[in-house]
Amino acid sequence: MITFKNVSKSYGSKKILKDLTFSIRAGEFVVLIGPSGCGKTTTLKTINRLIEPDSGEISIDGMNIRSRNPVELRRSIGYVIQQIGLFPNMTVEQNIAVVPKLLKTSKEQWKQIVQEMLELVGMPYEENAHKYPSELSGGQQQRIGVLRALAASPPIVLMDEPFGALDPITRDSLQDEVKKLQKRLKKTIGFVTHDMEEALRLADTIVFMNEGEIVQMASPEEMLRNPASDLIRDFMGRHTNPHSEQPELFAEDLMRTRVLKVPYSLHTLECVDRMNRREVNSVIVLNEDDTFMGTVTLDTVRERGKAGREIGELVGNDVPAIDRRMPAQEAFDLLLSSTANYLVVLNTDQTVAGIVTKTSMAKAMGEALWGAVLS
Amino acid sequence: MSVLLPLIGEHLLIVLIATAVAVILGLVLGVTAYWLRPAASIIIWFAEALQTIPSLALLALLMIIFGLGNTTIIVGLVLYALLPIVRNTHTGLSTVSPAIRDAARGMGMSRLQRLLKVELPLAFPLVFSGIKISVVNSLSIAVMGVLIGAGGLGYPIYRGIQTQNFAGIMRGAIPVMLMAILFDIVMSNIEKRLVKRAK
Amino acid sequence: MTLMTFMGEQRSEIIKALTQHIHLVVFSVLLGILISIPAGIFLSRHKAFAAPVLAAVGVIQTIPGLVMLGLALILLGTGTQTALAVLAVYSILPILRNTYTGITEVDSGILEAGRGIGMTRRQMLFNVQLPLATTSIVSGIRISTVYIVSWATLAGLIGAGGLGDLIWTGLATYNTNYILAGALPSAVLAFLFSGVIGLFERLLTPRGLKGGRA
Repeated sequence: MITFKNVSKSYGSKKILKDLTFSIRAGEFVVLIGPSGCGKTTTLKTINRLIEPDSGEISIDGMNIRSRNPVELRRSIGYVIQQIGLFPNMTVEQNIAVVPKLLKTSKEQWKQIVQEMLELVGMPYEENAHKYPSELSGGQQQRIGVLRALAASPPIVLMDEPFGALDPITRDSLQDEVKKLQKRLKKTIGFVTHDMEEALRLADTIVFMNEGEIVQMASPEEMLRNPASDLIRDFMGRHTNPHSEQPELFAEDLMRTRVLKVPYSLHTLECVDRMNRREVNSVIVLNEDDTFMGTVTLDTVRERGKAGREIGELVGNDVPAIDRRMPAQEAFDLLLSSTANYLVVLNTDQTVAGIVTKTSMAKAMGEALWGAVLS
Repeated sequence: MSVLLPLIGEHLLIVLIATAVAVILGLVLGVTAYWLRPAASIIIWFAEALQTIPSLALLALLMIIFGLGNTTIIVGLVLYALLPIVRNTHTGLSTVSPAIRDAARGMGMSRLQRLLKVELPLAFPLVFSGIKISVVNSLSIAVMGVLIGAGGLGYPIYRGIQTQNFAGIMRGAIPVMLMAILFDIVMSNIEKRLVKRAK
Repeated sequence: MTLMTFMGEQRSEIIKALTQHIHLVVFSVLLGILISIPAGIFLSRHKAFAAPVLAAVGVIQTIPGLVMLGLALILLGTGTQTALAVLAVYSILPILRNTYTGITEVDSGILEAGRGIGMTRRQMLFNVQLPLATTSIVSGIRISTVYIVSWATLAGLIGAGGLGDLIWTGLATYNTNYILAGALPSAVLAFLFSGVIGLFERLLTPRGLKGGRA
């Protein structure tokens, strides 16, 4: 159990932590969340003494951490950070074995540990142990980062926005893995994030902080049901109160923003090349000032395109363009009645904000109805 | 002081002529390296090799060809000054963002237009930093000119060494060092402004 | 007289000068390494000193070689030891600067991770920072060595011998053969040192930093 008692910390005249008192049970997954500068990362770093509080007491299992040597304390607490921080001069195996080696574990033992660890995340030893971090993908690197933190079997693991820099799909699967590992290995985890979805998904208890204070400490369900302040409600955004009044949706809530846009002066061949690369069969063409000109489909280019000519010459306007504040229902009707299979959403200055497809619309409406899937 | 002034002037003149030639030659070689990718490693290797040759050896070899006098030291300084300019020109041009390069191409600029209107202006802060390194080095190396019959501040220094006259050496050395430090400070400031403007 | 026959005749003199030259270079660079690597490590841990020290050493570097040798001649007298001292001083800056930047440029995320999992400062230095700085340090040694091969040609001026002696004689008597006999080997020597140390640079780079996927 980790206990904070009246913990305060200031930098100069700025108070970062104000008289924090709370505790984390053994085996609990606690997520610290809040706006940037709220003190969540500082709180986390006081636990392994990377930051020393000015006053107050932090104890682990009843023992004040001040009485412990900081280096030894840290070896008994796992630590994972957003920048991952794998040692680039060491192999995967050496990285995982760093702490066991610091703790003077025998070679057979740490070899054993590395094998078990890699198994935990489904990365075969033979294939991965002797690679260097630069040879791994970002997601794989952070898996090794997590394993490095777990290798000496610390009862406590601290994670500081560990998945913040990863792409959404990788983040998803790492969240799953971490949650599973925590349940299986019964670790106490302190986890910092600014992403409410991540907090809701992982936490047993969410600690919401603002300006150095705890605003609310509750289970995800409780926080969803009774957010203690407007700030928290904002943070929860669409996750709160899915059954109350109908959320008001606009075209902009339905669209996806990653779309292929090209200048009108682009040569047709290059345009086709880009469409092929993105595996799309239609492209949005922009005027010189980035405003919307029209769309061109791959078929049009094939039928009427000539090499070396500009794509602007082939532009048609059979895809409807709508304002981003058009009510969602109107956009919905328009899309169903149109022959085009998408709508172009424009900003007020006539630049392109995104497109609404049937898929993007279904996804947005599903989220509005049921909230993001929490699994 | 009145004896020193003409020497300082001559020293500066030698360095400036050498730098001017080196800048032209360096830009040509740097652009060639950028345009002809296979030539890049050869050109840069060549400039590196020149700088690896010990200065006294290079000057002595050049003296065999160009004889005693200022021409030899100027040629020597040019050869030494090439590397920083060539390398920085090449690096500066190669690191222009592909998006900007594409945009320039998309607007229908020719290769030369792209170079003169877009790429070289963007690379200029780095090129300038190369020129700075060259100037500061040249000021110091030009002292060796005295050994091959050239003028400048090497003369009082060499006299001082021959007569074991501490003050004599310093009379030549202090202006050289002051100029080197002065050029370094002034050009570093310009460089900083260039970099800031480029952002 | 052709260069070849000249070099044949003067073989023993050339070899003697070459040996002296190599001695000067090797010992002064070793001396420079012994001073600058520990100093670089010290500066990386006491960063307040870094800027003034590096600036001061930088100023020393702008002193023309001829001036430095001249002053040393007056202060320390002629001889090999004077030359070694001057050359060692010249070799300091590149090695010192590269040691310092090599260590301090290690990514802050790596440092935080190291601290967070309980490495001491000494363990960070020897297990992480110095290995990561190796390439930079060796590259500094290469730059220094090339400089020193060059400056050592001036050592003849203060009676420390070396290939500069031959060039010197050549310049004084306008004898092309002497000039070539000193200049060509010194250039070859510079290339050799640069090449061999460059090879070490590659060999000593930790494999994980060589980039590219396996």
